[in-house]
Amino acid sequence: MRVFTAVIAIATGVLILLGYFFEPFAIVQTLLLNWAIILASVAALVGIFNLITVHMDKIRRGEKGSTYSALLVIGLVATLFFGILLRPQHSAMQMVLNGIIIPAEAALLGLLTISLLYAAIRLLRRRADMMGIVFLVTATLLFLGSATLPFGDIPVIGTLIRPWVSQILALGGARGILIGVALGTLTTGLRVLFGIDRPYGGQ
Amino acid sequence: MIAQVLKLFPLVVIVFAAFLLLAITLWKRNSPAKLRDIPALTRLYRMLGLSVEDGTRLHISLGDGNLLDARGGSALAGLATLRIIAEKTSVSDMPAIASSGDPLLGLLTQDTLQAGYQAAGVDEMYSPTTGRVTGLSPFGFAAGAMHISRNEKVSTTLMLGQFGPEVALIADSSDRDSITMIGASDHLSGQAVLFANTQDALIGEELFAAGAYLGAGAAHTASLTVQDILRWLVIATLLGGAAIKLVGTI
Repeated sequence: MRVFTAVIAIATGVLILLGYFFEPFAIVQTLLLNWAIILASVAALVGIFNLITVHMDKIRRGEKGSTYSALLVIGLVATLFFGILLRPQHSAMQMVLNGIIIPAEAALLGLLTISLLYAAIRLLRRRADMMGIVFLVTATLLFLGSATLPFGDIPVIGTLIRPWVSQILALGGARGILIGVALGTLTTGLRVLFGIDRPYGGQ
Repeated sequence: MIAQVLKLFPLVVIVFAAFLLLAITLWKRNSPAKLRDIPALTRLYRMLGLSVEDGTRLHISLGDGNLLDARGGSALAGLATLRIIAEKTSVSDMPAIASSGDPLLGLLTQDTLQAGYQAAGVDEMYSPTTGRVTGLSPFGFAAGAMHISRNEKVSTTLMLGQFGPEVALIADSSDRDSITMIGASDHLSGQAVLFANTQDALIGEELFAAGAYLGAGAAHTASLTVQDILRWLVIATLLGGAAIKLVGTI
């Protein structure tokens, strides 16, 4: 069975790869990718089921934070039930989206700003090395250079240093990192394609 | 004609890389790996043993990367690392927990964890609830992952995969509970945030090196060598291109 799953996965990977380069394989590629999208949608349902199972388990065992788990399960089941019954376009469902989900995510975004500021303040305590200092100095210069001030840009920092750091130094570094990530992705993909790494089909 | 050749050039690179990977894997099969020191991965290796000894958990977070797009590579690298960690910690009273923010990745996480337990010969100890989908949006996922770090006796949080700036929330929550954090993301803003928030962040392609450092086998070590060879080829091409352009303008 394990060999069978590996053969299917490798054949699928090779066909999809060839679809990018040879026209006759493009049709097979599209078909396989469409199947993958359908499977991903089914996986979303499995993911929700997993979420419910984990939190029901927590409630049953009375673990720490199980009150939040109960709230999550009630919210999830109620939204699913009313979403199916009323349809997502219904005003009540839109109210849930605009009144609860979006503000909650916006609140997390606000918290993120504080977390990042706090991390920047504590950076030197965590990393008292050259890279930590360079990171902090660069961030400070970019903040000062990007700040909206009543008198306009800060001379030199806003007009010269910030553009030079962000468009030359940072862009060059970012490209270098992305090339490294792309090469890592390539070799990881090849290992999966050869069946050396098998994140499917058990052992 | 030139357009057709250029279209096939990526395929040539892939075939060349595949050939190198297979050749170096066979070549390095019986020789011990020589790897440079990466403090984050040395710490991870140490924390693997410590967590089993002191009865705490490892939380491996694989991010919210979609396996159907070009950024799926980091998630696959995270899964390869998870497989080794699952095998090494499966006999612990507190087995590792894995979280993800993508349902497809969540399914593979569970399968990978089970494979680790099977490899350790303790298949019966595997629980599907150790592989979790904590949310379907970046912030939802981060909120769920924070909950695991805070409430499940976690000693180390390993973040390997696609993370945006929201990873700061997980890192901050872990930091408050004195949890060791090791993080790597293929997302530039995620990397910057992890650099500022964690003791040891993995930068760029170091994300893909975790398997080799944890002893995943010759193929993982060979992958690093192939990456190095290709990187030098890219550097040579960039320098050559710049030199040709410079000569052209003179």
